[in-house]
Amino acid sequence: MGMYNDKVMDHFMNPHNIGELENPDGIGTYGSPVCGDMMQISIRVQDEIITDAKFKTFGCGSAIASSSVATDMIIGKTIDQALAITNKQIIDELGGLPAVKIHCSVLADHAIKAAIYDFAQKNGKIYAGLEGFDPNEDDEENDTCDTEE
Amino acid sequence: MRQVYLDYAATTPVKEEVLKEMIPFFSENFGNPSSLYTKGSASKEAIMIARRKVSSLIGADENELFFTSSGTEADDWAIIGIADALKSKGNHIITTGIEHHAVLHSCEYLAKNGYEITFLPVDKEGRVRAEDLENAITDKTILVSIMYVNNEVGTIQDIKELCRITKSKNVVFHTDAVQALGNVKINVKELGVDLMSISGHKIYGPKGIGALYIKRGTKISDFMHGGAQENKKRAGTENLTGIVGFGKAAELAELNSENHITKVTELRNYFIDQVFEKIDDVFLNGSREFRHPGNANITFEFIEGEAMLLYLDLLGISVSTGSACSSASLTPSHVLTCLGVPVEKIHGSLRFTIGDPTTKEDIDYVIEKLVEVVAKLRAISSVSKAKGW
Ligand code: FES
Repeated sequence: MGMYNDKVMDHFMNPHNIGELENPDGIGTYGSPVCGDMMQISIRVQDEIITDAKFKTFGCGSAIASSSVATDMIIGKTIDQALAITNKQIIDELGGLPAVKIHCSVLADHAIKAAIYDFAQKNGKIYAGLEGFDPNEDDEENDTCDTEE
Repeated sequence: MRQVYLDYAATTPVKEEVLKEMIPFFSENFGNPSSLYTKGSASKEAIMIARRKVSSLIGADENELFFTSSGTEADDWAIIGIADALKSKGNHIITTGIEHHAVLHSCEYLAKNGYEITFLPVDKEGRVRAEDLENAITDKTILVSIMYVNNEVGTIQDIKELCRITKSKNVVFHTDAVQALGNVKINVKELGVDLMSISGHKIYGPKGIGALYIKRGTKISDFMHGGAQENKKRAGTENLTGIVGFGKAAELAELNSENHITKVTELRNYFIDQVFEKIDDVFLNGSREFRHPGNANITFEFIEGEAMLLYLDLLGISVSTGSACSSASLTPSHVLTCLGVPVEKIHGSLRFTIGDPTTKEDIDYVIEKLVEVVAKLRAISSVSKAKGW
């Protein structure tokens, strides 16, 4: 099919890690200011390693595929490694996204940070990778809300 | 896999009879209608016959119908042509917020060139209130353009009543009837409109052919400059095959009119009832009563339209959505926005349009798959009734 590559379609059709962990160690939600979508990621952490992650997403095919691949990417990683994941890496892992859909991967990258932020808050931890991140602040750089046709 | 096309408002397949009528005019009877020899006059004759058929479908006289390249061209011509012809009289144009982009963007173009545009609101069903129109008209108003049937939600306007208001104030009335053609009975004389845009590919005719009805005596500037085609009003060698196809499609539409409307209305109502019965948290956008016979625009709460559309596509089902995620500009449907539907509910909107070839089996298949797709996406979604937004 036209707009997405096979890898994206695969993650969209059969997403990995759907759901919400029971009693998660960290849980975060991030809403896209661009198109009004929402992603939630919950994580289980043991000795600084993310042992499990699940997601729930209200959004387009690309948002669902990004959530699926992003949760895959953080499982087994240390918190610091997970925080270092950029949306560019998520896109690369998916083999590329259409230009207009890049912001959906930002959604995933932010939702990961929001979940880790929650974990850090609960456990009194400080991570360099979270510096300047505030999950309650709706947006930073790439707000294209007022894009006109 | 079963293929079910439910996007007849986007375009329709060319009917076999239409195609058959068109074929000889590609390579055999290819003459330029402007040429004086027999091959030319045969083409001219074919165009005359087609013009008669299309005119008849809307109750117009043949010499009031001008072929264009599309419904869009007809809209552009009507709006920019009237604005130009009447510029000494005034610079105010009234339209609505739910028009097709062909009308909206033509008006925006004029706004950049010194014209004042009023975009009328609509009620939650998508209907223009007569008093809003009445109050908006000033002594500078030269044109009112209101679409007959909306392409997204299918709302039908009371064109006759709206026309009566403009007529009493001596203002020209244009209607974009692209979606109305073949789906509601049209008679330009009874409606009282001065201009009407129509298109071939929505009534099982070919793409690339439209027409503008211009009531005799209406002052309008030309849009395409060149040769003397279309009674010197619209230059360019005629799209002979397109015109012949449009003519045949119009003839069939007129013959089938009653049948078509009854059949698609029945199937559409069956579809809506089934959706409401089998799926929770859904609502219909637009009007129940004043509605395009084949249109069902439904919001499925807590999920997003592009995702639904892609899943359905993989199951052989073609539909469209008003979701922001599916548009290049990432803005939600301007029509649903104008009806007052909140953004997150526009996200979950799907438009299904039923057409002549649709069967009850098709609808049953779509319902079965829709139930699965909605359940799957709701299981993935981060929002739900229990959780809220
Ligand atoms: S979630 Fe809206 S465009 Fe991807």
